[in-house]
Amino acid sequence: MNPVARTVLQRLGLGLVTLFIVSIIIFSAIAMLPGDFAKAMLGQSATPETVAAFQREIGIDRPPVERYFVWVGQMLHGDFGSSFASRTGYRRTVAEIIAPRLYNTMFLASMTALIAVPLALGLGILAALYRNGWFDRLVNAVTLTTISFPEFFVAYMLAYLVISRDTFIGSEFAQSLPHWLAVSLNWILNAVPKFPTLSNVNDQTPFWDHVWRVALPAITLTLVIVAHMMRMTRAAIINMLASPYIDMARLKGMSPMAIVLRHALPNAWAPIVTVVAFNLAYLVVGVVVVEVVFVYPGIGQLMVDAVKSRDVPVVQACALIFAATYILLNLTADIISIATNPRLLHPR
Amino acid sequence: MSESEYKLGIAQSLIGRGKISRRDFIHLGLAAGLTVTAADKLFVSTARAEPLQGGFAKLGMAHGATTDSIDPAGYPDTFTQTAFSGSMSNSLTEVDAKGNVQPDLAESFESSDGAKTWVFKLRKGATFHNGKNVTADDVVTSLRYHMGDETKSAAKPLLEPVASIKADGPESVVFTLKSGNADFPYIMSDYHLVIMPAKDGKADWGSGVRTGAFVLENFQPGVSAKLKRNPNYFKNGKPYLDEVEFIAITDLAARMAALSTGEVDYIGRADLKTLGMLKRNPKVEIVEVTGYGHYTLPMNVTVAPFDNPDVRMALKWAINRQEIVDKIFLGHATVANDNPIAPAIKFATNPQPQHSFDSEKAKHYLKKAGMEKLKVDLSVADAAFAGAVDAAALIRETAAQCGIDVNVVREAEDAYWDNVWLKKPWCASYWSGRATADWMFTQAFAADSSWNESFWKNPRFNELLVQARAETDEAKRAAMYAEMQQLTHDDGGSIVLVFNNFVSAKSNKLAHGEVAPNWENDGLKMAERWWIATA
Repeated sequence: MNPVARTVLQRLGLGLVTLFIVSIIIFSAIAMLPGDFAKAMLGQSATPETVAAFQREIGIDRPPVERYFVWVGQMLHGDFGSSFASRTGYRRTVAEIIAPRLYNTMFLASMTALIAVPLALGLGILAALYRNGWFDRLVNAVTLTTISFPEFFVAYMLAYLVISRDTFIGSEFAQSLPHWLAVSLNWILNAVPKFPTLSNVNDQTPFWDHVWRVALPAITLTLVIVAHMMRMTRAAIINMLASPYIDMARLKGMSPMAIVLRHALPNAWAPIVTVVAFNLAYLVVGVVVVEVVFVYPGIGQLMVDAVKSRDVPVVQACALIFAATYILLNLTADIISIATNPRLLHPR
Repeated sequence: MSESEYKLGIAQSLIGRGKISRRDFIHLGLAAGLTVTAADKLFVSTARAEPLQGGFAKLGMAHGATTDSIDPAGYPDTFTQTAFSGSMSNSLTEVDAKGNVQPDLAESFESSDGAKTWVFKLRKGATFHNGKNVTADDVVTSLRYHMGDETKSAAKPLLEPVASIKADGPESVVFTLKSGNADFPYIMSDYHLVIMPAKDGKADWGSGVRTGAFVLENFQPGVSAKLKRNPNYFKNGKPYLDEVEFIAITDLAARMAALSTGEVDYIGRADLKTLGMLKRNPKVEIVEVTGYGHYTLPMNVTVAPFDNPDVRMALKWAINRQEIVDKIFLGHATVANDNPIAPAIKFATNPQPQHSFDSEKAKHYLKKAGMEKLKVDLSVADAAFAGAVDAAALIRETAAQCGIDVNVVREAEDAYWDNVWLKKPWCASYWSGRATADWMFTQAFAADSSWNESFWKNPRFNELLVQARAETDEAKRAAMYAEMQQLTHDDGGSIVLVFNNFVSAKSNKLAHGEVAPNWENDGLKMAERWWIATA
């Protein structure tokens, strides 16, 4: 059997088992949290009677094991179920709640990936080419600095930069500086585009407006993930450059650039792709902080909201989506590693 | 009044409608003996004071969650309250900026039989967004939605005292109460009790068809809600804005940034710590109102040591409220005096003596309780109110000087109201306040209330509560409420720390009249009451 096909089937099978286990863990974890949806919704104004009426309506007065199997049954029919936020006559399905959020998350992830992946690969290749030179040192220093800051800090700093466009020149700090310096700093700040600090979008936002609104979150995430991918690209290529066949290429008189692109890179894909896949998965499942800072309605905020209000069906669906993202992206990375490596593709 | 002064007066009224230019107005002003600068100033101030029609405002709310719904059984926080209750709907009555109850969807109301029977006459010509007339049946159905065994409404306890609601013809509704209540019209102003059209005998909340100043256009739970002006609104000239969008911005820093960059025109609950920086922005103004809301530390008076009134008194004297106002709320709060009735509310008094930090008095009461030392747990989390944990730390310091060892227990924010409040013997709590003394006392201090957070059952207090409610003689009522406030102050189990201010901020583009203190965001009705001043 073709090794690619075998890997795919094996992994998908294991993936289903993983998803099943994840769903049990999430369900029992939420069951262990104090309070439930009815109490969370009514908050300070809860009375025992209203809580009981609420619980009856959304069916959480029944035993947890029964609820879990009802939910699994629905899942197997392709029905994600209804959110607890549904009311009699006004059903809100989990699918319709998650769909726009998932779209937003994918939109931000793709946009970030479009900027970050080529940037990281390009910088990594250049850094390997001019290794130990000033360019290499500069790129390393800058990317390591941005990855060292927590992402909310990067996010707030970027937002502050945009705010400073208007307020810098009037601030006490600017007045304490020499005039020429204040003016030139102000000029530089005004060269920064006036990015929106609020990335709130909805289903009526036009496509290009959407792109513009997610500029700051995308830049923040790029700054956070570039270092990891860049350093791995650089390391993988430098590792290859020590091989005898590279010496051969060099003796043939090939240019350093051609050596890296034609001989080193094709053999270095496996570790690079694994790191890229890892970072892309992070873009889907781990950006809740950036979503909160820029008020971007993504799936991370949705899940945090749902956990707070104990909206179990929504939490379950989000968790399964996150788990599936990891499984699929890792699978893709492995397939690419196999496909780019003839020794793995045609095993003897 | 000279002729030119008279003309100037007319011209002033034209400014608001945009019918006179600045230049023409200054000419008239000169004729009336004003200088150019004075005339110009008058123009600008009049233009800003007179509401202008039109415009689009984006309002940043401090709340909003994906579980939000237009169902008035919920409305848990300022997003749903302001967008759906305050802008889209009307209750029978509303509370004005002076704290008095005014007719809203009702035209008038009167009581008989010792305030036991109330008749509300509906406003003629008021219609729902779909053009249907508002009838007494709609009112009855809407209110019954919050009553009965099957309701999940947070407003159920509010309507507990109502024995029956009946329609009397299409335009009047008769309420019969279990016992007299002179303040009943105030209760009808509650934001849950909005009027919805009746459909097949049930309140139709799901269609979003209401009576309010704005019509719902688009709602994305936890993200935003967009509303459009209702051209057939029953209040003359209102609303002023053509469109409003409510945006959920729960992150404090994001809210401040959004206002600074002009992404939104208003934010609720501004960050007190960075307010100074925001003030430097010339395009931003701060709106601050002392409301009815207050932060309390309820003690369960049925368990030791809080069952001893002297212990309660010792703790009341062991807290430095001024320091808490200065350090935790940075001056944006008012010191309270163990009386939950805010000074702006009718019949409010300030019971004497004012409780402040006095270690001698605290020690004296401790000794009276037969104790030398006292150790108590105080359960807090910032879910009760922002700053609760820090306030508890300050209390620990001052109490230590009085021989009281306060052990601050930091509780989880999640499910705080479920696990800590009404369960732990001493904890932190928040009340957004009620428009009348009776309402506040009935919900949080009455012996039979499920929210009686200190489990305080003072017989004299509860006797007075029922008497005062049905009393229609103002002077007698005032005396009764004064005595009740004195009782909560001296004997009650709730330490009322401070009255919090509603601190919000807006761009100078937005203008408004006097801001109502009953709820946040101009009594939740900012969309209906505010306008865009371009001058």
